[in-house]
Amino acid sequence: MDSNASDTIPGPRTEDRLPHTTEAAAKIVIVGGFGVGKTTMVGSVSEIRPLTTEETMTQAGVGVDDDFGSASKTATTVAMDFGRIRITDQVVLYLFGTPGQERFWFLWNGLFEGALGAVVLVDTRRLEVSFEVMGRLEERGVPFVVGVNTFPDGPRYPLEDLRAALDLPPEIPIVECDVRRRASSRDVLMTLMRFLHSLTLTGSLT
Amino acid sequence: MTPPHRRRRHPGPPPPVPPSPPPSRAPAGDDPAGRAEREGEGRQPERLFVISGDGERVPLDLVTLIVARAEPPASATPEQTAVLRMCGAPLSVAEVSAYLRLPFSVVTVLVTDLLAAQLVQARAPIVRQQIPDRSLLEAVMHGLQRL
Repeated sequence: MDSNASDTIPGPRTEDRLPHTTEAAAKIVIVGGFGVGKTTMVGSVSEIRPLTTEETMTQAGVGVDDDFGSASKTATTVAMDFGRIRITDQVVLYLFGTPGQERFWFLWNGLFEGALGAVVLVDTRRLEVSFEVMGRLEERGVPFVVGVNTFPDGPRYPLEDLRAALDLPPEIPIVECDVRRRASSRDVLMTLMRFLHSLTLTGSLT
Repeated sequence: MTPPHRRRRHPGPPPPVPPSPPPSRAPAGDDPAGRAEREGEGRQPERLFVISGDGERVPLDLVTLIVARAEPPASATPEQTAVLRMCGAPLSVAEVSAYLRLPFSVVTVLVTDLLAAQLVQARAPIVRQQIPDRSLLEAVMHGLQRL
């Protein structure tokens, strides 16, 4: 909030205000394991300085994310970074980077509901940390593409080996990316949009 | 070297629908803690509903856009005044939450009260449909190209 430090009224900087003609917003969710680059990706494509929203989650014991019947509940605050891209004078796109602890992603009411789609970022050093979220997206019918964030010390697999390992059907795009670079992050989003567009031709999300 | 393998899953039954909105909302001044208590039994914070342009009730989303319709009245709380000031131009509920440094569910309560008092307008988000809106996707691609 440094840029707002002198302001007494919280809110966006003048240059970050959306035009009054903005009718509606859409959202995309970026998911992936801890340290895989979600926040970096949000920051590299956002037109505003990334912001953080938070939510208080009621948690029924460590590692259990569906059972709220337990008497031993604890409240945990979960933070999520997001950014924004103006698409037209009418439409704005928001990008949400999921919080680090996977068990909270699907507790956040409305995070995935309505999202146009998701980007699953994977790190080839820890591929398995993305398995669970991919399964959850499949179960919910949320379309997604996979971005392989390249780390210098990560193993390089041919994309077809990755496709086999991730058990992804041929139509789901897998792309390599370096999310520190705006152009690369943008290309991943373009891949998602082209994929969603292709679904309009097949007429199905499944 | 072979990467670890996973097995694909398939769409299951649809996730449970959010709880129906109560027939009449409690008046402004409800505190979120009390609400959570009534909701009871460990449910996540109640999803609050707004009337969309089509007259349907839709939940307040992270990206529902909020626009002030009036100057803050003298009776407004400091938080309400802050929301009305920052929503001179459209702003998502997520952004309001970020700038106020308040949890999303607290902000939805705040915004719902402002909606009930007709001090703000809510613009419902574009949501995923079974068959995606092609012209929207084309607009987004065009917008991304300019980045």
